[in-house]
Amino acid sequence: MDGRLIGILIDSFWKILLPGLTATIPLTIISFSIAMVIAVIVALIQFANIRLLKQLCRFYIWVIRGTPLLVQLFVVFYGLPRVGVIIDPFPAAVIVFSINEGAYSAEVVRAALEAVPAGQIEAGYCVGMNYLQIMWHIVLPQAMRIAFPPLSNSLIAMVKDTSLAANITVVEMFMETQRIVARTWEPLALYIEVGLIYLLFCTVLTKLQSFGEKRMRTYGK
Amino acid sequence: MENNAMLEVRGLKKRFGDLEVLKGVDLTVHQGDVVAILGPSGSGKTTFLRCLNFLETADEGTLVFDGETFHLGKVPRRDVARLRKKTAFVFQNYNLFLNKTALQNVMLGLQVARKVPKGRAEARAKAALDKVGLADRYNYYPHQLSGGQQQRVAIARALATEPEIIYFDEPTSALDPELIGEVLAVMRQLAREGMTMLVVTHELHFAREVSSQVIFMEAGQVLESGAAEAFFRDPKEARTRAFLRTISGREAGEIDPKKE
Repeated sequence: MDGRLIGILIDSFWKILLPGLTATIPLTIISFSIAMVIAVIVALIQFANIRLLKQLCRFYIWVIRGTPLLVQLFVVFYGLPRVGVIIDPFPAAVIVFSINEGAYSAEVVRAALEAVPAGQIEAGYCVGMNYLQIMWHIVLPQAMRIAFPPLSNSLIAMVKDTSLAANITVVEMFMETQRIVARTWEPLALYIEVGLIYLLFCTVLTKLQSFGEKRMRTYGK
Repeated sequence: MENNAMLEVRGLKKRFGDLEVLKGVDLTVHQGDVVAILGPSGSGKTTFLRCLNFLETADEGTLVFDGETFHLGKVPRRDVARLRKKTAFVFQNYNLFLNKTALQNVMLGLQVARKVPKGRAEARAKAALDKVGLADRYNYYPHQLSGGQQQRVAIARALATEPEIIYFDEPTSALDPELIGEVLAVMRQLAREGMTMLVVTHELHFAREVSSQVIFMEAGQVLESGAAEAFFRDPKEARTRAFLRTISGREAGEIDPKKE
């Protein structure tokens, strides 16, 4: 490895990390937070079996899971301006990632809600609580613990999926790397470098996940 | 004793699909009664008890509770909630809230369901736990407690809400034999203090000693019922006699169910 390449790698490390901190991470955190709100609401509607809304939820999950994330990004960013809806790259990415992740996570949360023993709900009714009180104090806390590992999985996946936002001109880590490659013509070293930065981010999240799981182990197994 | 019944059930019917589980069950309970419901597995005892607290919806029948009449097939949700606040239910497998400590388990029904202020709810919850002998287990989670302790927390949870009647659904059936005694002791004490109880059980000794009234169910019907003393001394129906013989034989150790 010559001095020039090492110089490029060191120089580019900070140039790539910066959009990581200003784009990749905020995009992930904001989108995932909104996705969680969507997921819990959509899962609760299905769990509570609210007729019409439930069908609407199934339709939403069907469409989102059945179409590519990249296509969804293109429809919102390149397609909607055709009907006069023009959204900036970053908010467009937030919208698509939230809605997309919301659909997948809703299924995770629904499965977790159904994994809570029915006796917990019956006991809640028998001490006089109503449905919402039982959900809030008993079922949701237990379900969130069950859902935590698979949701952590989704969060880690999303960090990497945000690289797709480069396609709708969001300057995140991958877009920045492509630009540097175009200037320096060192594709192998630079793409490996950006890969390692993603790996670094995901390592932190993996650590956070095991910390979180330990914290939640106050009861049961 | 008052003349008016506290709880009166007439003609309760329930079917699951093609199977008619309850074929018209009647029951009268006065304040302070301890009623034991006996009968073989599948006779509908548990379903009957669950219908009374609306964990199952009966198809037909009437319920009179505190002088108010309800048509069991169609009780408005608001009345269901109101009735449940006057009653308590103890489950076979405890059903303690897994994410809550013993104390929180007992407090929830007060603080959340009845809006009792935190301080008073906590005092009442502690008193209930003390009463069932768990003063040293306030902050234990269910998985840290033995089956017998969990069931006693469940009884404390029932007591704390000061119900007019407690329904017990085979409260000792899930327990190891050496833990049954501690739960029965608590129930015996409640009976002595005049708590109205409706107990589905297989514990004949307990039923004989504690209950004031017994009903024997088979195939979704009440086959025989009456004052406990007379029921055990001189059961009228042949089926009842056979059942009592089988169960008491097992209790005396003549038949070990595990070796059957």
